[in-house]
Amino acid sequence: MITFEGVTKRYDDGTVAVDDLSLEAPTGAITVFVGPSGCGKTTSLRMINRMIDATEGRVLLDGQDVREIDPPTLRRGIGYVIQQAGLFPHRKIVDNVATVPYLLGWDRKRARARAMELLERVGLDAGLARRYPFQLSGGQQQRVGVARALAADPPVLLMDEPFSAVDPIVRASLQDELLRLQSDLQKTIVFVTHDIDEAIKLGDTVAVLRVGGRLAQMAGPATLLTEPVDDFVREFLGRDRGIRRLSFIPAKDVRLEAAPADLVTDAAGRPLGWRADGGLLPYGTFNPERDSLRAALDAALLAANGTAVAVDEDGRVIGVVTREALDEVLGQYAARHTRPLPATGEDPRG
Amino acid sequence: MGDEPLVRWDWIWRNWDTGRPDSILALLESHVVMAFLPVLFGLLLALPLGLASARWRWLYQPTVSVMNVVYSLPSIAVFIVMLAVTGLGQATVIVPLTFYSLAILIPAVVDGLTSIPDHVRKSAVAMGFTPLRRLVRVELPLAVPVVLAGLRVATVSSISLVSVGALIGQGGLGYLFIDGWQRQFTTPIVVGVVATVLLAVIADGLLVLAQRLLTPWRRA
Repeated sequence: MITFEGVTKRYDDGTVAVDDLSLEAPTGAITVFVGPSGCGKTTSLRMINRMIDATEGRVLLDGQDVREIDPPTLRRGIGYVIQQAGLFPHRKIVDNVATVPYLLGWDRKRARARAMELLERVGLDAGLARRYPFQLSGGQQQRVGVARALAADPPVLLMDEPFSAVDPIVRASLQDELLRLQSDLQKTIVFVTHDIDEAIKLGDTVAVLRVGGRLAQMAGPATLLTEPVDDFVREFLGRDRGIRRLSFIPAKDVRLEAAPADLVTDAAGRPLGWRADGGLLPYGTFNPERDSLRAALDAALLAANGTAVAVDEDGRVIGVVTREALDEVLGQYAARHTRPLPATGEDPRG
Repeated sequence: MGDEPLVRWDWIWRNWDTGRPDSILALLESHVVMAFLPVLFGLLLALPLGLASARWRWLYQPTVSVMNVVYSLPSIAVFIVMLAVTGLGQATVIVPLTFYSLAILIPAVVDGLTSIPDHVRKSAVAMGFTPLRRLVRVELPLAVPVVLAGLRVATVSSISLVSVGALIGQGGLGYLFIDGWQRQFTTPIVVGVVATVLLAVIADGLLVLAQRLLTPWRRA
């Protein structure tokens, strides 16, 4: 667990980058620091591995003040991934990944074997190991950056806008990859981003920081979407909070009905369309075991009759969800997750 | 000089290696020594001075200004002043040329170090490199391309400047220019020019080769 206790960072010119920050980043979970530029999120991150030292307050790593630990030793035990990957241009990919093991004094063979293992783990071809960083795409470099951070199996991983410099498609796949890795590894991750969608997608807990380095709100992503504490957080979260909130509600509880006869399937039971005069009409599918209520609603909205088709892992129809069934679930959800507004006379936009 | 040919080959054969200090081979040898030692000394001095200037940025401008003034001094004037200090030896040429090399190499070392992208330096810090190890393993290797580019300029200019030393009796191949001029005899002049140019081309070629070998990681 990483604990910030009343941490302030003030520079010599009087600028306050982080102002009395207190929070906890729990072990084995992803904590995201998100906020506009100038909110001190990167400064806060760098106070964990002492690339910056706090002016006041303490940062504790599993109860120990990081300032009691010699910086190089501390840093070798904390993985670090930065925006442009920060790979060493003069070292081959395999040696880039093996950087921290080398620093820890592992012998070359063991360090390289570990590096190869990690390249595979982050989904990179072993053939890339002998190349130099300039020969890789931005997305591949970023994967190498993640592999390098994991090389010595540190319990803590700091990620400073690691996916900001790649295109949206690559970014989405890197995010999915990180979640997949995290479900195996359960590292304590602190992740910095200015992108609230990324924060909501990746964070178990999201800390929203405002300019001047003050914590505006810290909550799980679903709570954040439903109950932003003030206008700043509300505006920072952006539009469609209600719909986006649905991404966190699993669809497994919706009532499935047997597929009606007018849903046409192929021999394997995969949907082809809704029967209509003169042909088939479009349909939408979701997987109740894996998808969210948002996906179920989306599938319903894609079909002319407003009925979503539920499928299994192989895409075979296992039932349908009618609009009435969806209404029922959405109603329950709304009732369960909406709390009365505080009686402060605040703008009741929710 | 009328029917005298531009080059008399027999003169070259006769004077190639006579065992005397004015044979072509002996002159070539002293030329190489007086051209390369200053570059070597210059590099050895430029590394700490460049590192200091890169570390304490306020040092950089004064250092470069002083070095530029040194570079602007006419070499012949400096050789003559040096005569009073070091006498009629090779040192009289080597010491000033070391300063000329320094004037080129200090900015090269500083530029090499400052050309390293900030994210690379930051990630080295974050990985847990100690400052010394970071310098040796990350920063110096990454400065190599820029330092080598400076080394090429310093080497070629050093090779060409040595000849001026002939005016004070220590000029390597430059002796051939004076000899040829005094005797109105073109062959030594041509030999001197060709040998100097060849030396420069070979030295530069070796440095390019070194660059290829040392920096396989650079974008072609």
